[in-house]
Amino acid sequence: MADVTLRKVVKRYDEVEAVRGIDLDIADHEFVVLVGPSGCGKSTTLRMIAGLEDISDGDIMIGGDIVNDVPPKDRDIAMVFQNYALYPHMTVAENMSFGLRLKRYPKAEIKSRIDEAARMLDIVELVDRKPKQLSGGQRQRVAMGRAIVRNPKVFLFDEPLSNLDAKLRVQMRIEIKKVHQKVRTTTVYVTHDQVEAMTLADRVVVMNHGRIEQIGTPNELYHKPATKFVASFIGSPAMNFIPCRLEDLAGKLHIRLTDRIAFPLPPARAARYQGIPRTDKLLLGLRPEHITEARPHLSPGVEAFDTVLDVTEPMGMETLIYFTLEGSQVCGRVNPNAGAQDGAPLRLAVDLNNMHLLNEVTGVVL
Amino acid sequence: MTTVTVDKAAPTRKVKYGSMSRDRAWALRWSYFFLVIFAIFFLTPPIYMFITSLKSSAEISAATNPWWVFHPTPENYIALLTSNQFLRFFWNSAIVSIFVVTITMLISVPAAFALSRMRFWGSATLATGVFLTYLIPETLLFIPLFKMFAVIGDWTGIQLINRWYVLLILYPTLTVPFCTWIMIGYFASIPKELDEAAVIDGASWIQTLTRIFIPVAFPGIIAATIFAFTVSWAQFLYPLVFTTSTDQLVMPVGIITSLIRGDVFNWGQIMTGALLGAAPPLIIYAFLMDYYIAGLTAGATKG
Repeated sequence: MADVTLRKVVKRYDEVEAVRGIDLDIADHEFVVLVGPSGCGKSTTLRMIAGLEDISDGDIMIGGDIVNDVPPKDRDIAMVFQNYALYPHMTVAENMSFGLRLKRYPKAEIKSRIDEAARMLDIVELVDRKPKQLSGGQRQRVAMGRAIVRNPKVFLFDEPLSNLDAKLRVQMRIEIKKVHQKVRTTTVYVTHDQVEAMTLADRVVVMNHGRIEQIGTPNELYHKPATKFVASFIGSPAMNFIPCRLEDLAGKLHIRLTDRIAFPLPPARAARYQGIPRTDKLLLGLRPEHITEARPHLSPGVEAFDTVLDVTEPMGMETLIYFTLEGSQVCGRVNPNAGAQDGAPLRLAVDLNNMHLLNEVTGVVL
Repeated sequence: MTTVTVDKAAPTRKVKYGSMSRDRAWALRWSYFFLVIFAIFFLTPPIYMFITSLKSSAEISAATNPWWVFHPTPENYIALLTSNQFLRFFWNSAIVSIFVVTITMLISVPAAFALSRMRFWGSATLATGVFLTYLIPETLLFIPLFKMFAVIGDWTGIQLINRWYVLLILYPTLTVPFCTWIMIGYFASIPKELDEAAVIDGASWIQTLTRIFIPVAFPGIIAATIFAFTVSWAQFLYPLVFTTSTDQLVMPVGIITSLIRGDVFNWGQIMTGALLGAAPPLIIYAFLMDYYIAGLTAGATKG
């Protein structure tokens, strides 16, 4: 068990900078997820923590010791790979014990650790099988077992669920969370799936173009994104961005979306946005759940408008609606009984208490 | 059969749609056709050799049907298997081949591992270079090599020419490049994550090679072994050039030099010797092929 610290870590491949100066403090026992689109540097960062990639600049510390030049085997880490990377010629038990056998642990110790890990992962009856006799989910469990028996300072997961089908992925997600609750080992987990990131993490690190966009708890990222990238990456369906500008109408600050539609801002928001030049090109960021069918009595900060729907997607517990506003497609979530139909008009309400205002040029949330 | 009934059920249909099973059936027929031709072509010489090996010298030179034995006799087999000279050739061949296979695998497996996994400066060029050396034919090399060994003999007094162990230096020049190349291919097919997992588990390079790579690439190692054995067992030019005394000869050269005297060809014994000489590779193929194919198909699946 140990904390992990990254100080201005850089990775250069010839001329390309894959990771451009990352600072990150991971506390002991913490479960941190690195998330971002492919090529954002998250896997490279993980591999640098593992020692599988050299770092071009900066420092990596595990448990307070700088490990920049420490080989992987001496970093006391365990890693779970996307394609499981089980040794095909060894049984499950041999796979799990390989690291311990290399370190010449006593046989009894090895056996008790395997038994314990196998019980924790529910693979007791599989220990004598070869990897090719296992299903994808079982292989992933074995890969996790191999990490657990080592009892390392840090667990590293590199997109471990990407090769599983959707249903199994959900199941294994819960499994990973349970294991972490039991062993409490510091964990760094890489994924491109924002749902995995949100559900697993104590803290999420959103990466883009080799930099950290934002670090925060799942709720912080969801409700208080710092940039347009984070706002659009976290949440599904993604946040809507509608071009807009600020306008003073009758002494109150309004947000104008189209020639026809302008909403007065709630007082708290109006005070916050007062200083923004009225000519700035802005984006209104609204999550789909904050665009719903209009109810007869609107609460403060909720404004109604009429529109014609393009497409509806019934999901069962809700219906997703899509309509066009000033050329940009907007998604909302309405009650299945709200009468939303393809091509039909509908009166909608936007909850401006949960709005975000972004600078269209810089992408910064204001 | 089902495809035929389907066609009959719709006789008015003009467009003929391809059927998977019909295509497969034709593919099978063609492959059988060519396989039979292939088999006839390649089995005729050994059958002819076998027939001839059962004949006495008198029957061979008589104008009878060459494809039939009228008076089968084991005399050629008895003559060879009781001849110390022939057994010496056989023994020399066996020793040379076993040593060459061992030397080859000891060099080419670690070399292939280094070239495929340790990214060092010039490793890619070196890998290509290794293969290029294989492309130089031995007919081009034997004269400079002979000269080289002669010079070494002059300078150091170590006599290598006309010693069977000179072949232990010569044969690997043929086997090592090719086996290294085969093994580079096999090692390259092992996912990178496997050695990364081993590295994280605490394995050194040597342990990664011996405990992960060699077992996983075992079919490749068998393929390379078979190749090295075949090359050294059947090699003719080098032993012909570098060894001359009868007690230093390996079988292919020994049979030719001892059973052809001037213009007298002892055909019966030549054929028998060739057949007996072909037996060890055949046995090794038959024995290892099962592992080879089983290993190949097992390695094809992921994980």
